[in-house]
Amino acid sequence: MAYAEDAELEELHEPHSFWTKYIWSQDHKVIAIQYSLTAIFVGLIALVLSGLMRMQIGFPGSLETVDPTAYYQYMTMHGMIMVIYLLTALFLGGFGNYLIPLMVGARDMVFPFVNMLSYWAYLLSVIILLASFFVPGGATGAGWTLYPPQAITPGTPGTDWGIVLMLVSLAVFIVAATMGGLNYVTTVLQARTHGMTLFRMPLSVWGIFVATILALLAFPALFVSAVMMLFDKLLGTSFFMPEMMSLGQQLDHKGGSPILFQHLFWFFGHPEVYIVALPAFGLVSDLISTHSRKNIFGYRMMVWAIVAIGGLSFIVWAHHMYVSGMNPYFGFFFATTTLIIAVPTALKVYNWLLTLWRGDIHMTVPMLFSLAFIMTFLVGGLTGLFLGNVIVDIPLSDTYFVVAHFHMVMGVAPILVVFGAIYHWYPKITGRMMNDTIGKWHFWITFIGTYLIYFPMHYLGIQGMPRRYFSYEEIEFIPQSAHDLNTFITVTAIFVGVAQLLFVFNMFHSLFYGREAGPNPWRATSLEWQTPQTPPVHGNWPQKLPVVYRWAYDYSVPGMEEDYTPQTVPDDPAHESIQHDEAGNPDGAPA
Amino acid sequence: MSSYSVSAERPDYQTLNRRAKTGLRFLLAAITSLFFLFILALMIRAQFNDWESLSAPWNPLANPAPLWVNTLMLALGSASMQWARVAARKHHRELALQVMLLAGFFTLAFLVGQVWLWRQLSALGFYASANPANGFFYMLTGVHAVHMLGGLIGWSKTLLSAKRYANEKFSTAVELCAIYWHYLLGIWLVLFALLVCEPETFAAIASFCGF
Ligand code: HEM
Ligand SMILES: [Cu+2]
Repeated sequence: MAYAEDAELEELHEPHSFWTKYIWSQDHKVIAIQYSLTAIFVGLIALVLSGLMRMQIGFPGSLETVDPTAYYQYMTMHGMIMVIYLLTALFLGGFGNYLIPLMVGARDMVFPFVNMLSYWAYLLSVIILLASFFVPGGATGAGWTLYPPQAITPGTPGTDWGIVLMLVSLAVFIVAATMGGLNYVTTVLQARTHGMTLFRMPLSVWGIFVATILALLAFPALFVSAVMMLFDKLLGTSFFMPEMMSLGQQLDHKGGSPILFQHLFWFFGHPEVYIVALPAFGLVSDLISTHSRKNIFGYRMMVWAIVAIGGLSFIVWAHHMYVSGMNPYFGFFFATTTLIIAVPTALKVYNWLLTLWRGDIHMTVPMLFSLAFIMTFLVGGLTGLFLGNVIVDIPLSDTYFVVAHFHMVMGVAPILVVFGAIYHWYPKITGRMMNDTIGKWHFWITFIGTYLIYFPMHYLGIQGMPRRYFSYEEIEFIPQSAHDLNTFITVTAIFVGVAQLLFVFNMFHSLFYGREAGPNPWRATSLEWQTPQTPPVHGNWPQKLPVVYRWAYDYSVPGMEEDYTPQTVPDDPAHESIQHDEAGNPDGAPA
Repeated sequence: MSSYSVSAERPDYQTLNRRAKTGLRFLLAAITSLFFLFILALMIRAQFNDWESLSAPWNPLANPAPLWVNTLMLALGSASMQWARVAARKHHRELALQVMLLAGFFTLAFLVGQVWLWRQLSALGFYASANPANGFFYMLTGVHAVHMLGGLIGWSKTLLSAKRYANEKFSTAVELCAIYWHYLLGIWLVLFALLVCEPETFAAIASFCGF
């Protein structure tokens, strides 16, 4: 934690060698890109796994490699990778790292060395996770919730090595996330530039900031469950393991409480949903405001909603455990809190709509993704209201209705924001625009495609189709029409999955052939667009830190020449013309 | 290549001190959440009737003297850290370094004592698997020890780079160590109390919380 004098001096000079510049880099922008590329890489693996699962559901038995064991392993790794190693890492390690220092006007994160360690620990956790495919017995097939006793009882795939590697990988990930998280919160609180008050920060920063606090407080619950399960598995304790027979044999464990694990897991698991959602809320607010040339409606309300959702997210966890059985009063309590959390959430949706209302909406690719996000999140949120009620949840739990719900709300919706945000910030990161035509194709295929995939799953769920089954062929109450629907979903899913290559292609192609973007192609107000160089150099503002005079949402201010007023423009009328920007950022000022 | 031209904008020591302390506070918050949840898990697991405390009259920790000795070591470590902190603030560099060394010595003594205790217990057949109370004992003391080791990394970094540090910076580093040590001493005291108390105490706490 202590600063090395020489580290401080180092900060004054740009790193010279390729090695220190791009590999062992302490620059938040490089670390952000390292985080993002790694996350997208594992995300693609998880996407392939989902395609393999869908093949089994849509065309049972068509792939020889997909036996029940493999199915469960794919399912577990798919879920865990998507939630933790893709989305959490991408939003906090990727966007958090890139945007926080730039948006609050800092030269870098406050603890650059710890920040670098954070990435390397994350990479290590990914390697451990992927290694579990190759150990004897293969990866764990316990489901991403890893419920004991089955997670460590013979019969479940990967109970020898797979589960141990999974738990160790999670523990390492948590250490990584904590090291990164300390940086993000401290940078937001202590390294803002002159004039950047908390209530002038863009909502992106707010979302990531609150999500990071959730991560710092909630990940320990996962850490505790992982350590306790490792003890049960490796040292034979009975923290979670009850007395039981397995394959005709009495196990050595007795007296442990599987429900205890569920409480710990979901005490982490529910905040985790918001660790993913809050950054998405923040980023999408900025996209909507910028691309509809209007200030965000109810900025303070939006901030307080983020804070309230963050707080409430800690007292709803047991809505994932209605079928595990609980005191009816607890059920009542958790149903109530779950419905209450919908209030600030709905408020945010209204505010996005009111921001759009009579805006000068530009149908850019980021805007398309933002609009799609609002709709998708709305659908996912509404089904969440259904599931929050005990009597509705009990029949629907463990059916495809739940699969539809959580994919809509925390799978597709945040992914849409990720895409929108990448299209939006790519020009700042690389200096070039992503291809618009490919972007639009990618958008429409993804948006319509995911609806075709997940919307029908609601019907399958209401029909009673259970989730986490390898095969549905023998189940009598599932009609032929449901099997046909499953085939349709699979075909669509494969198509949508393959179509993501458009995005990958666009990302790499535009790096070399994209149109030159200039410093501020979207004519946005926030600080990252006002850097003297694009892409920003080491230190972000090598000369003088910017001075902030206003919030991040001065779009279409009456009486102003331009339809946007950067945060660096002083209020003083003598300085009003942007061309005379005194902050010393002539390049950052628009033509 | 260009270096920053306006060195006046480099954060001063006060700023660095504030930043480091803010970071440390959030770290301690995360650590608090961690131990809080461990303790909650212990409370819940202790409600089951197979729980047999290591401090039950017929069990080895009925006489918790070894734990008291270890506690004393950690407390001395923490006190030395505080002494070093005061000395560093007054720019008595030599004294501060010596007392820091002393603090490290006491901390190591604490860790050695804990390991010795683990070996004693397992030699007597009190394995982690024998009873959930044993399991929690090993786990919680272990997790706490790992946090002390983490502290020792910061401690050795401070000692090793002390020569290169300006006074203010050295003083900040020592201060961070001291805060961390006090905090982990506090956590240790809570763990100590919980690990040697009777199941009835847990039952009483649980019923007090309305369960
Ligand atoms: C085209 C994209 C995707 C497809 C086709 C897909 C498909 C699937 C399928 C078939 C399952 C297994 C359901 C079951 O048998 O119970 C599943 C589970 C899951 N998916 Fe996805 N998925 C996709 C994207 C995502 C994303 C982006 C997330 C990120 C949050 C995600 C999170 C999960 C989770 C948490 C599970 C539960 C795993 C478990 O039951 O342990 N998925 N997905
Ligand atoms: Cu939840």
